[in-house]
Amino acid sequence: MADDYIIAVDGLVKTYGRKTAIAGVDLHIRRGEMYAFLGPNGAGKTTTVRVLSTLSGFDSGRIVIDGHDILREPREAKASIGVIQQHISLDKDLTVWENMMSHARYHMMPREERQARIDELSEYIGLGEYFDYRVDDLSGGWKKRVSVVCALVHRPKLLFLDEPTVGLDIQARRGLWDLLRRLNDDGMTIFLTTHYIEEAESLCHRVGFIDGGRVIAEGTPGELAGGIGVSTVEYFGPDRRTEYRYFRSREEADGFAKGFDDTYSVTVRRTNLEDAFVEMTGSNMGDSGSAGGGTRRSGPEGEAGT
Amino acid sequence: MSGLLREVWAVAWPDMRFMRHNAKNIVISSLMLPVLYLLAFGYGLRAGDVEVEGELIPYIDFVIPGIIALTCLSSSFSSTSTRMNVQRLYYRSFDEMMMCPLRDSAIVVGKTMLGMIRGIVGASLMFAIGYCLEPSHMNLTPMLIVSVLVSCFTFSLLGETAALLAKSHQSMATFGSLVITPMTFLCGTFFSVAALPGIAQGLLYALPLTEASLCIRSATLDVYAFPWWALLVLIGFGITFFAIDMYLVRNRKV
Repeated sequence: MADDYIIAVDGLVKTYGRKTAIAGVDLHIRRGEMYAFLGPNGAGKTTTVRVLSTLSGFDSGRIVIDGHDILREPREAKASIGVIQQHISLDKDLTVWENMMSHARYHMMPREERQARIDELSEYIGLGEYFDYRVDDLSGGWKKRVSVVCALVHRPKLLFLDEPTVGLDIQARRGLWDLLRRLNDDGMTIFLTTHYIEEAESLCHRVGFIDGGRVIAEGTPGELAGGIGVSTVEYFGPDRRTEYRYFRSREEADGFAKGFDDTYSVTVRRTNLEDAFVEMTGSNMGDSGSAGGGTRRSGPEGEAGT
Repeated sequence: MSGLLREVWAVAWPDMRFMRHNAKNIVISSLMLPVLYLLAFGYGLRAGDVEVEGELIPYIDFVIPGIIALTCLSSSFSSTSTRMNVQRLYYRSFDEMMMCPLRDSAIVVGKTMLGMIRGIVGASLMFAIGYCLEPSHMNLTPMLIVSVLVSCFTFSLLGETAALLAKSHQSMATFGSLVITPMTFLCGTFFSVAALPGIAQGLLYALPLTEASLCIRSATLDVYAFPWWALLVLIGFGITFFAIDMYLVRNRKV
């Protein structure tokens, strides 16, 4: 059912001059889902978020947000979304409270609701005591929290986050993850882009791998990792290169690992999302299209298809 | 209509808060340049009488309305362009607003409000100073109020155009050097455009500050007929800048 999808994207293409940033993306996100776009730098993640959040135009395709075509009904689509951009995009000349109130006003919230909602969210996130601080006087983590309140103040059904934890320390990162889980538990659909594997793996119901402006694979973290084999043998030998082989079962992986002598350091472990990503894209999480750090090979015996 | 006005106010509200935080600086900076021009050109040069529309007018009375027009330009243009440029390229808070369900026209009009108000404050202060110095020729007429309002709105829209087109802070400075500075000195603020050769007159009448100077001077001195055609041309400039701003916002050229 079309109404089940809060984001429905078909054949999306976006170019900058001769460079194709998004090369025909189809995307269908269900209501209440937490979905991650995982890809290296330059893969098209941020461009996709900018287009879906109506900030950038696009060359062809169709985007429907919460049942509204963003070209025909942009205001209705915008009313359904909240966006937390990669970079802090607050007005640094204003106070924390003024930034929040600006967003409430931009969304034409009734006067009597504005302050109540800001108070509610600030208490939820622990920002109340900072209302009178200028934004520029806050640390990166606190600025991000202000961005979260601004994005949520109008009760959006869908929250976009572009690389939400870049530049945050581990405590702030985990705090944000907990917050996103709580919001998702409350029914909010969350679409995030990241190049942190563990972020996508631990938070999201489904993950899409994006590379070169295309979605090259999509599924649950388990499905994507299992697609190349459930067990991985990671070995480091005299040639000082790390290699990986993937197997359909732990027994097959253990059998393969026993064949190495003492000159090798060998680890047998569960296949994870990073393995799947590198196998499918041929790159690590550096720049798009770059070669991986370790040599990866599918094992000849008990080999799992990629 | 009330929905549009509410959206305009929503867009303008953060800029009003910014102005409140910086009220003292705004008043001082709005007056600094006009007062310097008044001292340098009005009293320093002490030129003789100027003939305008067949009337001989003392130079100080001639130049004060010109400086009021100039204040409308400098305050409105620089307030709007500087703040929008910072919000768009440095803070990126302009993006946040663009992702909200606001009409494009509300964004364009709302972002002019800071420049409008600063221009009106600057022009009012300059008029008050002029009235204290030369009360005999300083008349607060309805057409002066209309001319100042139209001028501030037009120059604020021009500031928006410059900010929306700017790709860097440097390109904003370049726009100021190539467009605003020549207008400041050439557009009938310090001398009568009618005294120039025909071609030069034609070029200068194609710039909005010339029309603003003509309207504000005529309305302030109130000794010869108001140049309605100049007001219409000024409004035409305003409509043109509004159309460009709408195009830039609507087509996400920002």
